[in-house]
Amino acid sequence: MITPLFKFGYFGDEFSLIVAVLIGIGFGFFLERAGFGSSTKLAAQFYFYDMTVLKVMFTAIVTAMVGLLYFGWLGILDLTLVSVNQTYLASQIVGGLILGIGFVIGGYCPGTSVVACATGKKDAMVFLLGVIFGIFVFGEFNTIFEPLMELTAMGRVLLPDVLHLSYGLVVFLVVLMAIGAFTLAEYVEKILALKKDK
Amino acid sequence: MDQNLINDKPVKYMNPYLAGIGLGLVLLASFLVMGRGLGASGAFSTLIAAGTSVVAPEHAQSNAYFSEYLGGSLGETLKDWLLFEVIGVVIGGFVSGLLAGRIKLKTDKGPNISNGKRYLFAFIGGGLMGVGAKIARGCTSGQALTGGASLAFGSWVFMMMVFTGGYMFAYFIRRQWR
Repeated sequence: MITPLFKFGYFGDEFSLIVAVLIGIGFGFFLERAGFGSSTKLAAQFYFYDMTVLKVMFTAIVTAMVGLLYFGWLGILDLTLVSVNQTYLASQIVGGLILGIGFVIGGYCPGTSVVACATGKKDAMVFLLGVIFGIFVFGEFNTIFEPLMELTAMGRVLLPDVLHLSYGLVVFLVVLMAIGAFTLAEYVEKILALKKDK
Repeated sequence: MDQNLINDKPVKYMNPYLAGIGLGLVLLASFLVMGRGLGASGAFSTLIAAGTSVVAPEHAQSNAYFSEYLGGSLGETLKDWLLFEVIGVVIGGFVSGLLAGRIKLKTDKGPNISNGKRYLFAFIGGGLMGVGAKIARGCTSGQALTGGASLAFGSWVFMMMVFTGGYMFAYFIRRQWR
């Protein structure tokens, strides 16, 4: 096994920052290509007439997920060295809900607002000021949030563990779910476009 | 691209599935090269911690949250992987926008809302995002995208909650967008 390259010591911390910029360039490029530099396009997801957010997000997840599995199988990638988000159910539920409400009110998420700022959207600049203000407030009052954040700390839990299914089978099921979601999304968009024409 | 320069009209967005594959390959590259995924909100935590440490050094050090982001010096603090990644996001977004003729100073909003109200909602939404991302330990990039691809249970719960929250509240804010 030779990857993750960084974890096997192929390069050091300084060079990893150059890698960070390069990966960021790819990230920002495809976000903008997809149309995620526009709040009206992003918000349309929540009114069903433009499901691009769902399509792009699930395609990206499926691509990377299948890639992880594939490179793991080939013995090129040591999956145990890939950092996985720990599960804190309570804070992820509460935080997710707040984030979703913030998304439909503000029209961006932090990453897409950066891209929108880079292409000159003034509302994204105000949004980003809001994000900075929100993080500052959280930081100042972090002790208030701490009990919630430490509640239900479950450590490294993966979907296959919870569903008691093999990793490969869960990957297959997620792919099926994504294809189902895409079909539904295309259908809903068509229906709403017809309604608009009338 | 050349045609676009002549017509001075923005190019159509990329096919969403193709853009998704591109994004997924970037994420996969990050896993293979770094052993970690993408992020966004974390970079701003670093910036805010750094800013606070400059304005009020003792306050930043004594704050349990900010101090986690601080290195030995300001330079060390700013040598943060996510911060450099977000600098890349700015460059990548700008380049893509430039190639597509989409770089323009403007306010993106629905037809029935004033600029002032749009900014107000943008600030409120951003503020909620900042707090929510910190509570959840990540935003759409670090939790939904990265955690989703690595099949982290909590990240999938998070993703479902983001859509739930958005769809639940969409009705109340519909005038802003339609």
